Amino acid sequence: MELKTFKKGGIHPEENKLSVSAPIESLAPPAIVSIPISQHIGAPSKPLVKKGDEVKVGTPIAEMSSFISAFIHSSVSGTVSKIDDVVDSSGLRKQAIIIKTDGDTWEKSIDRSPELKKNFTLDASEIIEKVKKAGIVGLGGATFPSYVKLMVPKGKKAFAVVINGVECEPYLTSDHRIMLEKTDEILVGVSLIMKATNLKKAIIGIENNKPDAISIMRTKAKNFEGIEILPLKVMYPQGAEKQLIQAVTGKEVPAGGLPIDVGAVIFNVGTAFAIYEAVQKKKPLVERVVTVTGKAIPKPSNLLCRIGTPVANLLEQAGGSLENAGKIINGGPMMGKALVTPDVPITKGTSGILVMPKELATRKKESPCIRCAKCVTVCPMVLEPYLLSRLGRKYLWERFEVEKGMNCFECGSCSFTCPANIPLLDYIRVGKTEVGRIIRSRK
Amino acid sequence: MGSLLLNSILLLGSVGLVAASVLFFVAKKFYVYENPKIDEVDDVLPSANCGGCGFPGCRAFAEATVGATDLEELFCPVGGNETMKAVAKILGLEVVEKGPMVAVLRCNGSNENSPKKINYDGVSSCLSAHSMYAGEGGCPFGCLKLDDCVRVCDFDALKMDAKTGLPVVDEKKCTACGACVDICPRNIYELRPIGKQSKRVYVACLNTEKGAIAKKNCAVACIGCNKCVKVYDSGGAVVMKGLLSYISPQVDVENQGGYLVGSCPTNAIMGINVEAKKLPPKKKPSKPKEKES
Ligand code: SF4
Ligand code: SF4
Ligand code: SF4
Ligand code: SF4
Repeated sequence: MELKTFKKGGIHPEENKLSVSAPIESLAPPAIVSIPISQHIGAPSKPLVKKGDEVKVGTPIAEMSSFISAFIHSSVSGTVSKIDDVVDSSGLRKQAIIIKTDGDTWEKSIDRSPELKKNFTLDASEIIEKVKKAGIVGLGGATFPSYVKLMVPKGKKAFAVVINGVECEPYLTSDHRIMLEKTDEILVGVSLIMKATNLKKAIIGIENNKPDAISIMRTKAKNFEGIEILPLKVMYPQGAEKQLIQAVTGKEVPAGGLPIDVGAVIFNVGTAFAIYEAVQKKKPLVERVVTVTGKAIPKPSNLLCRIGTPVANLLEQAGGSLENAGKIINGGPMMGKALVTPDVPITKGTSGILVMPKELATRKKESPCIRCAKCVTVCPMVLEPYLLSRLGRKYLWERFEVEKGMNCFECGSCSFTCPANIPLLDYIRVGKTEVGRIIRSRK
Repeated sequence: MGSLLLNSILLLGSVGLVAASVLFFVAKKFYVYENPKIDEVDDVLPSANCGGCGFPGCRAFAEATVGATDLEELFCPVGGNETMKAVAKILGLEVVEKGPMVAVLRCNGSNENSPKKINYDGVSSCLSAHSMYAGEGGCPFGCLKLDDCVRVCDFDALKMDAKTGLPVVDEKKCTACGACVDICPRNIYELRPIGKQSKRVYVACLNTEKGAIAKKNCAVACIGCNKCVKVYDSGGAVVMKGLLSYISPQVDVENQGGYLVGSCPTNAIMGINVEAKKLPPKKKPSKPKEKES
């Protein structure tokens, strides 16, 4: 049988999953964590602590400041040393809560035993409340507050939960490892999501390059009702929300629309695991699995580390020195973003840290467009990247908007494919930033 | 052979005749009246089509002036007062004169003052760099040195200085069209009056961060120490906006400019054709004039 995938565009870059056989290891809490108050999409959280306050692992340190926002919890035990601006991944200063670690005492309410807790009697609103209080956001990288997605808006009809186990970015393996090591927990998490959204059906999409994950998930899913595992053809960017929904359900989310418009509620496998821990183990989101990988890293690993740990600590654990490092990238090679310093903290949305050696981290020389239309073929949003990038370069914002430049979700397939090495996405991003500003000023 | 030629000439000729008469009648029937003054005004405009007046090109500006009842809001910065006088004459309106303006760069984070800390190898575009990170020198308010302004200047008034890395405005060529003001993602340019004998004083910094942080990235950052505000007791010409000083174009450059430049401990205040002077201790500064043309 032909495997499913999305219909338009897509590429297949070298997978380079170097850390795939490295089991998840726990990283010791660092001496100091700095926890940014804005790690999610939406309004920054409001700090609840002040300098000198004692906190334990799991103590809430910031609360939601609006409907789309998130709770933040301390990831270590110790004392709040200050609330100050720290440099983020782009070199800009953002407010963060800085905590000096002292021992590792957890809040008493948190169940830290490894036993699986399968059964639950909670109703939908109780689950949603717990997810909200635990500060869970989308762990695939989008960091949208999860509790909001669990509340299906009135008037919309959902028919299935779609779970993203695709991990289509090259190099990254954190979701893959979670699927292998925390299979039951994920499945309980998925059942919780189904209960909260009142849906009877869930489909977990996994790319075919992870046969071990597919088989173990399949075997264990038999013990759960309504959960189906769907192997998918390997194709980037299948992990993108709209592409995954199309691959799994065959339905196309309209431009500017949300998954719920075609009846889907979508979560990442890592988020399903976090929801399990939040609801069944009363554990807020204080740590996450981060892949540390790249050809400049001696020991590619999957590390379970506390939110707020400096990236440098993870690199050290993976044996990486910064000497041969050309670029440190937050995320995968396709959509990740280079860090300006390794001192920035791991946040809720960090799925991987990729260190590219100098020789791989350079741009190739650009030459004129040869009109091969490869960029058009691979664009999953059916755009014309060669044209959009030209418009961005020439500051032609009106035309950029007309040509639907705003639909680009920056997957990078076009730049990756271009035989003339034209940095297409860079200029499209310029257009998106400017046109976005113009659109906002119209309101 | 001869008849073929004749036939073709006749055929094409009659097609041409029919088309011409159709066009003639259509042109008559759908004739749109256009004020002839628009053409007249258009003729005296500089035809730079730079958009500095706020309209998409000279023709649109001409249309706007012809429809207007006064010229208060309408000004062609490229043509300046001369052109506006000619326009006013055609339309029989009062001319509103404006002093000549020039673009000033409110950043002095040269390669020396704000040395490179981060290596950026993205595309050469300030807009792109700005959407991604703070800048090679680390200051999130400073010039990104990637030439966007130079590319949009239609009058060849901007050049990149290889040594400082910063753009330099050629006062003689700048028409104050404002294209650089609009394109710069960090809003570094300001249009200011050219000043008597080209004397200008302004704060060449936009960094609103705390002094210690700003200084870490740039030697000539404004640290918000308030010293310039104290020199110039002006009722508003020099003000602190948070941790950043702003010297308005109304400042009395003649009497106070030198002292302002001299007062800044980090040299963030730029004096063009103005020497830095130290304020003699305890002497009260003379009262500033209200306005400078
Ligand atoms: S980056 Fe944008 S334009 Fe390029 S392929 Fe992806 S969606 Fe299309
Ligand atoms: S892939 Fe590159 S060379 Fe080919 S049409 Fe697109 S921009 Fe031009
Ligand atoms: S002044 Fe602005 S547009 Fe010009 S080089 Fe600097 S940052 Fe770029
Ligand atoms: S320097 Fe700026 S204001 Fe002056 S002419 Fe050039 S673009 Fe216009």
